[in-house]
Formats: sequence, structure tokens, C-alpha cells
Amino acid sequence: MKEVTVKPSRNNRFRTIARPFAGFWLPALIVIVWQWLSYAGVLNRTLAPSPYRVAIEFWDLLISGTLLHHLRISTIRAMAGFGLGAAVGLVLGVAVGFLRPVEKSIDPSFQMLRTIPHLAITPLFVLWFGIGETSKVLLIALGAFFPLYINTFLGIRSADKKLFEVTRVLNFSIWKQITRLIIPSALPNILLGVRLSMGVSWLGLVVAEMMGSSAGIGFMINDARQYSQTTVVYVGILIFAVVGKLSDSLVRLLERHWLKWRDNFQG
Amino acid sequence: MSDIQLQIDNLSKSFHTDKGSVQALHDVDLQVERGEFITIIGASGCGKSTLLKLVAGLDTDYEGSIELNGKPIPGPGINVGFVFQEPRLFPWLNVENNIAADLSVSKGDVRGRVNELLEIVRLTPFAKSYPKELSGGMSQRVAIARALLREPEILLLDEPFGALDAFTRAHLQEALLEIWHRKQRTMILVTHDLDEAVFLANKVVVMNSRPGTIRRIIPIDLPFPRKKNSESFQAYRRKVLGEFEQADEL
Ligand SMILES: Nc1ncnc2c1ncn2[C@@H]1O[C@H](COP(=O)(O)OP(=O)(O)OP(=O)(O)O)[C@@H](O)[C@H]1O
Ligand SMILES: [Mg+2]
Repeated sequence: MKEVTVKPSRNNRFRTIARPFAGFWLPALIVIVWQWLSYAGVLNRTLAPSPYRVAIEFWDLLISGTLLHHLRISTIRAMAGFGLGAAVGLVLGVAVGFLRPVEKSIDPSFQMLRTIPHLAITPLFVLWFGIGETSKVLLIALGAFFPLYINTFLGIRSADKKLFEVTRVLNFSIWKQITRLIIPSALPNILLGVRLSMGVSWLGLVVAEMMGSSAGIGFMINDARQYSQTTVVYVGILIFAVVGKLSDSLVRLLERHWLKWRDNFQG
Repeated sequence: MSDIQLQIDNLSKSFHTDKGSVQALHDVDLQVERGEFITIIGASGCGKSTLLKLVAGLDTDYEGSIELNGKPIPGPGINVGFVFQEPRLFPWLNVENNIAADLSVSKGDVRGRVNELLEIVRLTPFAKSYPKELSGGMSQRVAIARALLREPEILLLDEPFGALDAFTRAHLQEALLEIWHRKQRTMILVTHDLDEAVFLANKVVVMNSRPGTIRRIIPIDLPFPRKKNSESFQAYRRKVLGEFEQADEL
């Protein structure tokens, strides 16, 4: 076979350069307009401080170490909660996916629990576990559990019966059936579950930190609100947005690497 | 002296569903000698796929007996290979890993056999390609190579070339015959195509439908390589066609 190399056309080259920034122009535009409106004096300085002042605040918080301190604590909480919830979700999702009796006995209960909103259980968690780290991590874990549980279950059940027949005529061992058929076919759903779980973990983190804590980004926001330090509130919100997006991008990177065999509509 | 490898006696199979039961096979008797090439031809729904699945051990719920080398078939095994009507490749494995399937291509002996098979099905340049990058005919060739890797005693093929164009089909028929000559494996191939049935077989099995029974077994005494437009080939073709048409009228 001969390799044919095609020179990228000018248009093509432009696209490859522009692609990583394609998602940035909208936020950038908003910031510019916002700054301009603040400068023109249209916006209330306390309610909507200018992006410039938010940036200064960000810098100050960064230099003083406050920001990193809160971020570190929040990250540890979110990761602990996500890790616990995701691990249990994955294991139970696999069990329920594989074994019909397990599905029959536990899935209905989980489906019921799933519909209860976070905020409704928060008081209960505080009563049971106090307002320490345990109840925070558990609250986050609870949220992270469901997306991964449901998607793992779904992914395992989406394994093609015809491919399953192939593994039987080729005499696959149970182990090979799991590693060469079930896991790869469940992987797209599992990764989607991970992304959703991570998103929910950040949401759970805010709820947990606002219900009472002495550190963390959620605390920082809440604390600043009481003293009307709006710029700090904005910095906190921005941090949530950026960290959330970064963690999501990380999983999407894995997706692109592990799921390159997929033959789906790419838009 | 004949060497019976597969012996099927009084084989019957019914499917039971909510709407009642369907008898797919009734009293099927068939003997297959080692190294034979059998083709099975019959109308759609006459039970050809059902018969192959029973021989492969994919379904063990039947009446009568199926014996491989004098022993009943307990379930799917490596001594019976199966090529399905569709390629059924694993989309997440590339061509060589699909052929190796549950084995590891990094092992020396597997590597060697995979390379040999890639050569036979003429897919060496595509060893690292994923199924989404292959055409239908290429995928089917991968499926055939995958079945051959385990060197099954019997290879069952369920309309393996059904969805292919005439040109690719002819090429794969040649390739299959070449493998058959080289490896001396027993082949049982289901087809809808009269020419294909006569071109490949030592014996053509013509089936009746509803319930599926064997109508006639026609030995094809033509030397290989066969010419599809030769007079003797056409004579056999007419003979099989005659049986086939009568079977249809029933
Ligand atoms: N799983 C099943 N449940 C119920 N009935 C079935 C099942 N599989 C096959 N049948 C019935 O058994 C009969 C034979 O089916 P089979 O698939 O063996 O036909 P076939 O000869 O392979 O047809 P084709 O040439 O169209 O592939 C059909 O009447 C079909 O309705
Ligand atoms: Mg069929």
C-alpha cells in the first residue's frame, strides 16, 4: 500500500490552529463587553464588579495563599467524595449489570433514592454525621454515585448479544469475555458516567461547604457574601467553572484516546 | 474406507414461543466425512441456520443425536469453527487483534499464524486497521481468518458471502477453496446461491421447508479447479436447480 500525503490547504491549517480556541471566543466576548459596560458606568460596582477588579482580587488571593488553601481543601473533599461514590457506583453497576437477581433485589430501591434532591437530605446527614468532613464527603459521594451506577449498568447491558455468541464459539474464558467484550462495550457509557459524576461532585461540594465549614471555595464564597466582598464571590465562581471544565476535559481526552475505534457521527 | 467425522441422526428441533411452537427441523440425517466440503441450500426459513447452530453447540436443546468423532457435542468448542452471516468483528480491536480474538498477538506462535492468515485473506496491509475502516468484504475476510486461526476440525459457514458483490464473492470462494486444499479441513457452508453451492461442494444438500428436512444429497464429481461455464458444471447446476424447484413447490 502506498501512503499518500495530502498537504493541508490554507483553510485546513487555519482550522487546526483555531480549533483549541474555538470554545473561548464566547466567554472572551462576554468579558470584553462586561468590562466595557463597567467602564461606561452602566453596571453597579458592588453587584457586578468589573472583570479587571475581579482579576486584581484573584491575584491578591493567589499571592496571599488564601485561594490555594481553600482550593486544596475543596479539591480533596471533592475527590474523596467522588472517589467513594464513583467506586461504589462502578462496583454495584457491574454487579447489577451482570447478575439479574442482584438487579431485581437492589435496583428498584436505588431508583427510588435517586429522585430525592440533595438539599432535602442535607439536614439528615448533618443530624447523623455532624457537620464535620464525614457528612460532607458522604453527601458528595451520594451525588457522584448515581450517574456512574446507572451508566455502568446501562453500558454492560448494551453489550451486543451477537458478539456474545462469537465469544462462545471462540471459547473465550469468563475473564476474556469480561475484558474483551463487556468492558470495551460498556466503556463509552462508563466514561460518560464519570463525567456526569464529576460534575455532580462539584455541585455537591458547594452544597456541603455552604451548609457549614471553615475552609474551602464554597466557604470562601459564603464568607465573602456576608461582608459584601463581591469580587471574592466572583473569583470563587470562576474557580468552580474553570476546575469543573478542566476535569471534564481530562475525561474527554481519555475518551478520545480509548474510544477511537468508535464509528459514530462526529458532528 | 470412509472416515465419518460428523454423524447426525433423527435430528428434530422445535422453537416454543408465546404464539405456539414452530418445528424448524424434522428427522434430519446427515453424515459428513473428514475433509469433505458440504454445501447446504434451501429456501429462506427452512432451518439452515438452526442446523448449523446445533452442530456448533450454540443450542443444545434438540431431539435426536449429533456426534462429532463419535461423541455428543456438549457446547461450543474450539474444534468447531463458525463464520456468521455478518462479520461480527469486535469494533474496539484492530484487524490482527480481531483475528487473535482472545489470544495475544504479541506471543510468537500466535503472531506467526496471524500473519499467515492475513496473507491468505490478503489483508496484510490492513493488520492495524479498525473494523470501521474496512469494507464489508474485508470484514468478512477477517471473520473467516478469525475462525481459521484455531484450526477447527470443522468450519461452519452461514451464508458467509451473502451480502457481497459478485466480484468479491468469487474471490472469496477461490480463497476458501485454497484454504480447504491447503489445510484439509471439513467445511459446511450454507448458501442461497446455486452456483456457489455447486462450485464449492463435494456434496450439495438440498433442504425442504416447513418443517426443515433434507430432500436430497447430490454428490458433485467434478475435479477442482472448476469452470462455472463448462458444460459439466451446468449439468450439475441444472440437477440441483431441479431439486430446488421441486422442494419449493411442496
Ligand atoms: N430463536 C427462534 N425462536 C423462534 N423461532 C425461530 C428461532 N430461530 C429460528 N426460528 C424459526 O425456525 C425456522 C428456521 O429458521 P432458520 O433461521 O434456521 O432459517 P434459515 O434456513 O437459516 O433461513 P435464512 O436462509 O433466511 O437464513 C424459521 O421458521 C424461524 O421462524
Ligand atoms: Mg439463516
